[in-house]
Amino acid sequence: MTEREKIFTRIRDALKTQAPMPGHHGSSHKPHAISEARNAIAGARQWLPDPGADSAAWLEQFQKLSAELKTVVHLCNDEADVHSKLRELALAEGWRKVAAHRHPLISPAATAIALPALETDGGYDANEMAKCDVGITACDALVAQTGSIFLTTRSAGGRALSVLPPHHVVIAHRDQLVPDLPAAFELMTRLYGENQWPSMSTLITGPSRTGDIERILVLGAHGPRKLTVFLI
Amino acid sequence: MKISLFVPCYIDAIYPKVAISMVRILEKLGHTIEFPEELTCCGQPPFNSGYWDDARRSARPVLERLKDAEVVVIGSGSCGAMMKVFYPELFAGHPEEASAKALSAKTWEFTDFLVTKLGVTDLGATFPHKVTFHDGCHGLRELKTKKQPRELLAKVRGLELVEMKEAETCCGFGGTFATKYASVSTAMGEVKCASAAETNADFIVSADSSCLMHVQGLLDRQRRPIRTIHIAEVLASE
Amino acid sequence: MSDVAIAPRAQFFEDADRITHDTEHRRRIQTAMGKYYVSRYSRQALFRNWQEARQTAAETKWAALKELDKHLEAFERNATARGTQVHWTSTGEQARQVIVDIIRRHNARRIVKSKVMTSEEIHLNQLLEQLGYDVIESDLGEYIQQLKGEPPYHFVFPCMHLSREEISDLFENHLGTAQTHDPEELTMIARRVLRQKYIDADIGITGANFVVADTGMISITENEGNARLTAALPRVMITLVGIEKVLPKFSDLALFLPMLATAGTGQPLTGYNTMYAGPKQPGESDGPIEWHVIFLDNNRTALLADPQQRDALHCIRCGACLNVCPIFKNVGGLSYGTTYQGPIGSVITPHFRGLQDWKHLSGASSLCGACTETCPVKIDLHHHLLHNRRNAIDEKRGFLEGMLWRGFTFLINRPKLFSLSIKLGRLFQPLHALVKGTIFDPAAAWTKSRELPEVAHESFRDYWKRRQSK
Ligand code: SF4
Repeated sequence: MTEREKIFTRIRDALKTQAPMPGHHGSSHKPHAISEARNAIAGARQWLPDPGADSAAWLEQFQKLSAELKTVVHLCNDEADVHSKLRELALAEGWRKVAAHRHPLISPAATAIALPALETDGGYDANEMAKCDVGITACDALVAQTGSIFLTTRSAGGRALSVLPPHHVVIAHRDQLVPDLPAAFELMTRLYGENQWPSMSTLITGPSRTGDIERILVLGAHGPRKLTVFLI
Repeated sequence: MKISLFVPCYIDAIYPKVAISMVRILEKLGHTIEFPEELTCCGQPPFNSGYWDDARRSARPVLERLKDAEVVVIGSGSCGAMMKVFYPELFAGHPEEASAKALSAKTWEFTDFLVTKLGVTDLGATFPHKVTFHDGCHGLRELKTKKQPRELLAKVRGLELVEMKEAETCCGFGGTFATKYASVSTAMGEVKCASAAETNADFIVSADSSCLMHVQGLLDRQRRPIRTIHIAEVLASE
Repeated sequence: MSDVAIAPRAQFFEDADRITHDTEHRRRIQTAMGKYYVSRYSRQALFRNWQEARQTAAETKWAALKELDKHLEAFERNATARGTQVHWTSTGEQARQVIVDIIRRHNARRIVKSKVMTSEEIHLNQLLEQLGYDVIESDLGEYIQQLKGEPPYHFVFPCMHLSREEISDLFENHLGTAQTHDPEELTMIARRVLRQKYIDADIGITGANFVVADTGMISITENEGNARLTAALPRVMITLVGIEKVLPKFSDLALFLPMLATAGTGQPLTGYNTMYAGPKQPGESDGPIEWHVIFLDNNRTALLADPQQRDALHCIRCGACLNVCPIFKNVGGLSYGTTYQGPIGSVITPHFRGLQDWKHLSGASSLCGACTETCPVKIDLHHHLLHNRRNAIDEKRGFLEGMLWRGFTFLINRPKLFSLSIKLGRLFQPLHALVKGTIFDPAAAWTKSRELPEVAHESFRDYWKRRQSK
């Protein structure tokens, strides 16, 4: 028998005896019927924090959480507005080199900044990316409920672009904002379907952080110290 | 109602006033008290130590003696939880399973009995002191008696209740744990005493004399002025 | 395994005795946990119904384990379809061998790790260091513990017991950096050191929070970004994960991720929740060329075979049960001597490493139930501690203690004798003062720190008799 077979045999032997349903002991909670458990996730939405009723409320929620998380959100009228705000930011922070990826929203923005740019498409040198001041990416969705950004290798130029440079800038459209996590996961499934999954998808919630030293919050532990979202 | 009073060993020997107060309160409400003298202990000590055979041996006389009782009231969340929550598990698969379940159904912790079963909160008591309440873990988490004692205390004249920091944290008694793991138990108790003392209350009130025995022991050793008292004694004060 | 030099039980008592008297430790942990309580409970209050969310999570895990074999097969099928290599190991020894083989095949020298609790379980670092590899922990807390030469103190907050001064000293000694007591500057020192390590590493090793069956994904939760870098830059990625971490569906994450964040740290969502679906795919710009997912049993199937305690495999390692545990807060994480500390560790370690050797951890509890109440997946933790005690006695009855309980039962079943013993107690109590504080004190375990209560001058049963006879 291979080790794999041995493990599966042990699992199947163990599962011959059923375990009691959760909530069976010392709890006033009545367990749901099992059939309900299977559909639990459809129901999970109703227990999670309330993201608000309409897109205006979602935006408000996203902005509120972003402020708590120290994500900077700029509302922009159009792409030109994004570009001019980006130029201001580049100047204020003294950027010398940017990293970006090929994308209808991102490429024009990178060009507008008018600084040397590294494009990740088709591969790059990690040492070079480490020298960039900022990584500019698109994303798949923004989540109001948690103040998160959902992106993948495919939508955001690879695995490292959104985490290696010290500043991560996201450019997105307002209609990419979804109310809650169940909606975000539904959207991702719709976008990438069964076997189209990019090798990495990530939900980013605020800039990189740690509380490992005396539980005091410090931003920029390994990933970006700053996270800025331009919302068109 | 005819109430069978189960008196745990430490209340019997060390804190008889607790049981006497309960009798006084329940009789004043017009009920008849019966005391099953044959019973001394619910069997929790061997149960918690893993000696379930011995626990069953201790519990069988309880099942037998209280078989015909109308309702059983206990002045302790801990022994109450043992009989209400753990007897059915202890006897699962044993011939006594059904009688364990039957006993569980008619057993009440004292404050829960007053508030939930009898629907009484005002017992006409007067206790002109500042107090803080310690939730015994078994009462709090196995029997869900968080509100009941507070509702009762709210009606006591002259009494001011100040909640302590982390009121729901265990005091560290835990039965045989208190001596088997004495240093851990003591550290936990010190934390509890410190948060109780911070409230500047005169009394730590609880529905569990076993917790209070441990806490009072620590307070005495540390010479802190705050005293401990069982809620039944508070409710019987005039 | 670099197994215990002294018996786990003796070690626990020795360490616990020391730490419980360390008031500076007590203060530090209380302050840290105080911060946790504030954010955790305010975040939890935002859930429309936290109790229902817990129930749903528990049922999802229950259903997942019920068909564990099918889910693992589905994962394997979906993952291998995208070029992931899946390995199955029964023991730590086997898992270590698979990892060493991969490292050798790639002629790798430098290895960067993000948080991998399972690797602590199999003592991976010790082995790799012995073999001369350059292994570095990249999670800040784990890195600090690695420099200190200590295992993690808490599996979510690895160095919460250290002060900034101690960390500054560590950095000065190991990295030669100047003293600073600013947590931000200390973090930046580690950032600078570790950044180059990711870029230079040949192999990245990660753990996993969830194994998603229907999409063949591994989900990793972190705040710092170190796991993302570990999974992005090295050529080869290895993920070591316990077989129990399965979730049936991708969409299950929509519930589990916010619950993990809320229970673990009181965040709406942890900084990065990243789902990996394979090595670098055609057309992608970066990522490892090889990805190995190594499943570890290491006695998890033994726990699975115990239906009463099977729910302990629901654990999502949020650490909440440690944070609310008064035992943990007073004995500290290192006293346990286990990979997983606190209530969950006390429940599962006897299953993983032997009941008789580790039953003392199940004894080390007042059974207060704070852990069970806080657990986001409703593991019946404190009752399992009780069950471990029972199982240990059923397996091997203690001789002296057994006699004691026989005697106890004998006594309480004889009310007359019991009554007499109260009277004797009352009689002899004044004599106790003679031995109190000496080695002859039979109640020394109590009286070392506490006064004994006094036996009442009239017991309740005597009072009742007097009253009845009136
Ligand atoms: S047992 Fe529950 S509370 Fe403890 S770490 Fe696991 S999931 Fe969290």
